[in-house]
Amino acid sequence: MDARALAALAANPGCRRRALLDGAGVDKGALARALGASANFGQSQFAHQRGNSFEARVKADRGETLTRLLHERLRDGSPAPEPGGVDTPDLTAVGPQGRTARTALALREATAAGRWALLDHPMVSLDVAGSPAFLEPDAVVVHPDGSWSVIEIKSFPMVDGSADPAKVGAAARQAAVYALALERVAARVGELKPDSVGEARAVRVRHQVLLVCPKDFSNLPTAELVDVRKQLSVTRRQLARLTRIEDIAAALPEGTTFDLRLADDGRTVTRPAEELTAAVDAVDAAYAPECLAACELAVHCRARSRATGAVESLGRGVRGELGGLTTVESVLAAALERTGGEPTGDPAVDALRRAAALRAEALAAPGAVACR
Amino acid sequence: MSLITTLARMEAVRDGRARPVATVLHRHLSDRPLAFVPLTTAGEAGAPLGALVGTDRDTPRLLVVPQPRNRDLRFAFLADLAEEMLPYLDSYADDVELEERKETDPETGKKVPVQVELCADAPQLLVPSAAGVAFVRLLGRSMRFRRTADQDPDTPFPAPARVPLLGRWLTHYGERSRVPGSSLLLSLTELLGRHWATGQSNLEDQHLGSLLAWIDPPEGFPGAEAALRAESARDADGQLLCPPAGPATDPAFDNKLLAPAIARYDAARAEVLGGVAGGEARLRLAENELRELIASQLRPTWDALWHGVDRLRGLPRGERVAERWKRDRWSFTGHRDRVRAGEPPQPKRDDAVTAAQKLSARETAQAQLEAQEALDDPLVMAGRRLAGEAFAGEVTEVEMAWSEAKVPRPRPLVTVRTEDRPHLEGEVKLYRVMADGRTQTGEFAGAQAPGALVVRLTGGMGRGKTPEPGSVPEPGDRMCWTLFEHAPRGGPELPDAESTPWTHGGPPDAVALGPDPDPVTEEDYL
Repeated sequence: MDARALAALAANPGCRRRALLDGAGVDKGALARALGASANFGQSQFAHQRGNSFEARVKADRGETLTRLLHERLRDGSPAPEPGGVDTPDLTAVGPQGRTARTALALREATAAGRWALLDHPMVSLDVAGSPAFLEPDAVVVHPDGSWSVIEIKSFPMVDGSADPAKVGAAARQAAVYALALERVAARVGELKPDSVGEARAVRVRHQVLLVCPKDFSNLPTAELVDVRKQLSVTRRQLARLTRIEDIAAALPEGTTFDLRLADDGRTVTRPAEELTAAVDAVDAAYAPECLAACELAVHCRARSRATGAVESLGRGVRGELGGLTTVESVLAAALERTGGEPTGDPAVDALRRAAALRAEALAAPGAVACR
Repeated sequence: MSLITTLARMEAVRDGRARPVATVLHRHLSDRPLAFVPLTTAGEAGAPLGALVGTDRDTPRLLVVPQPRNRDLRFAFLADLAEEMLPYLDSYADDVELEERKETDPETGKKVPVQVELCADAPQLLVPSAAGVAFVRLLGRSMRFRRTADQDPDTPFPAPARVPLLGRWLTHYGERSRVPGSSLLLSLTELLGRHWATGQSNLEDQHLGSLLAWIDPPEGFPGAEAALRAESARDADGQLLCPPAGPATDPAFDNKLLAPAIARYDAARAEVLGGVAGGEARLRLAENELRELIASQLRPTWDALWHGVDRLRGLPRGERVAERWKRDRWSFTGHRDRVRAGEPPQPKRDDAVTAAQKLSARETAQAQLEAQEALDDPLVMAGRRLAGEAFAGEVTEVEMAWSEAKVPRPRPLVTVRTEDRPHLEGEVKLYRVMADGRTQTGEFAGAQAPGALVVRLTGGMGRGKTPEPGSVPEPGDRMCWTLFEHAPRGGPELPDAESTPWTHGGPPDAVALGPDPDPVTEEDYL
């Protein structure tokens, strides 16, 4: 599970289906295709190439550009990194656990060294609903004062100092997940660190992340600090709310599996779609239209949600004004029921009836001078 | 979303097709709009891939950038775009009428009437979706600071002659589109979404194909099914049957068709540069192949755009739309004058006074739009009535009364029976439209019984002791009072830029003349 998926999961913590499938490492895209409801996900190779080459370009000088940008944006009066004064520890190790351990070690050493250091693609882990998820930030910078900053490199442009708010928001949520994972590491490093200098220096993760983007229409990097305190607290709270995966799994019927039973070619699905549908339906989903942009299975969930007539399929906010009415059918029935105009005692139903009556009146006499 | 709109969406679910949320057209729709369907290269800022542009739905002009990373080809595209758009914009610039406006005389400081030109009509730009509007802004921003060889012989990569000018126009159009109710630059998804509610969410309505599938489902298909088909049906090759309305392309198209075609183009170009025999023919072939590919992605959106225009033209026009369009004409005329006066391109960032002015103008426009839409359209008014901001009913009683002044003025008391439940407190001011189109003011004077509201008329009755005939309603008349003003005005005037207070950064630097062009590197694109 990557940070993007985690951020999406945290945005919809009530979705047990997503929590279970992600926690179990099921390929939701393949599952959706097998169910005949694949969503339009995928990345253009042009975007992919540009993303990679921009990141490579920004990191080409062993972190000097990045630390310089970070220092410039901080404006905290601390000494600027000297040329060649940025450590770039080697983080290669075997397997995610190995890389995570290596990263923690490198962070501890860099923090103790009291110099600028750039960790290129470190690996950190986060406990999600009872199982570990390994995350790979673009970079983490260790400041001479011992604090850490998350660096997020994106290839969408920052034109005149501002970028697409939706994309910045997504980047901030993603960076918040990294910061959260780093806080766990920081807590451990803080515990273990023997105070050599005799002066307590708390290890802290800065709550401002550096977003690095191409400047205007060029390939030169520019950066802004993004405060992710809000995203951080939202993510922390939502992750805490996630039902433990074991509990969800325990509620499943015996023998439920999402195995596609791939044929020998590794692509053809041999498991009948009905069986898969039944397996997926065994876990509740909390569908809202926002899922379409964040979850591969959303098209399937939308079809199920519409089939049951759930009002949420029209938008998350719709539920709020409808009181206890949860299906389109019941709303229409309540709105159109002919009564003597007597109040029913249910404010939602009364409001609906008035809305329906006003709407019918206006539609019956289009252009009529009802308002003079 | 108001409860009435929610209800309309649910009706759409029930009926399997979109339901109206407006009974009249609330935006100006030109008889000869310029449609613009752009495509961009994924991951690149301001690297267009192609576009269809034109005023005639049958003969759009296809513009293609065969290799989006080649600066010369991009410039050629922009030059062609300028060649297509600028004559259209210019064709509206000289047909003017004279309007009288009050201006401050620089010598006496008094307001004196002056005759100014106002363009009789303005050019209108239509794009498929909200993302298209954003792309117009981005294109404008990428072009307006370019330098041509004429302007600056030393500029490293000179832009074709009219490209910076087009950039300024597109910037102006992009900026204007942020004013509520303006119609210079409109997206079809926004236009259609204003007038119809579909059985899906707002988010899904951003897809033009799927929105139209609800509004005009094909025979025998419910809207939901048609919309799903528009969203995700793919052919045997894995390509979408209804390509996205852009400017972003479908990743499957990029990876499977576009990337190989661009590679073939690059190879043929390398052959031509290397002097390989037959290279020219292969280059032409590769270019034609790319043109066809890109056209295949653009054409369905182009047709959908005009299909939407047809549907909108079927609606009767809102009465007050022309008033708002006149402000758009002023906006167009104003920019025409700035260009003619040789003013520099719009700055990258507005100064404090300009920014405050824009914000206040937009707030006023929003208030006016809300009032005018409600007055033009009983269905919108129904929403305001539901929200307690207006009430309609029948006059049951009229009692003449006069004010207690030296010269008593008529202050008739009108009782209106209504089932609406307006939020009336104290002597709240009320407004209604009279038969001759003027606005009559009144104030709330208490309720006689539940549902019998008394309104004291305070205006619109002439100057005499007795009200002018027809200005006081009679029992049996139907009328609709609003709690909101019909012609809301903006706040107080803002200071000139030169007297910007220090709290807002002080007067803008006189030195900062003309913005610097964007930095360019040997290859801007990665």
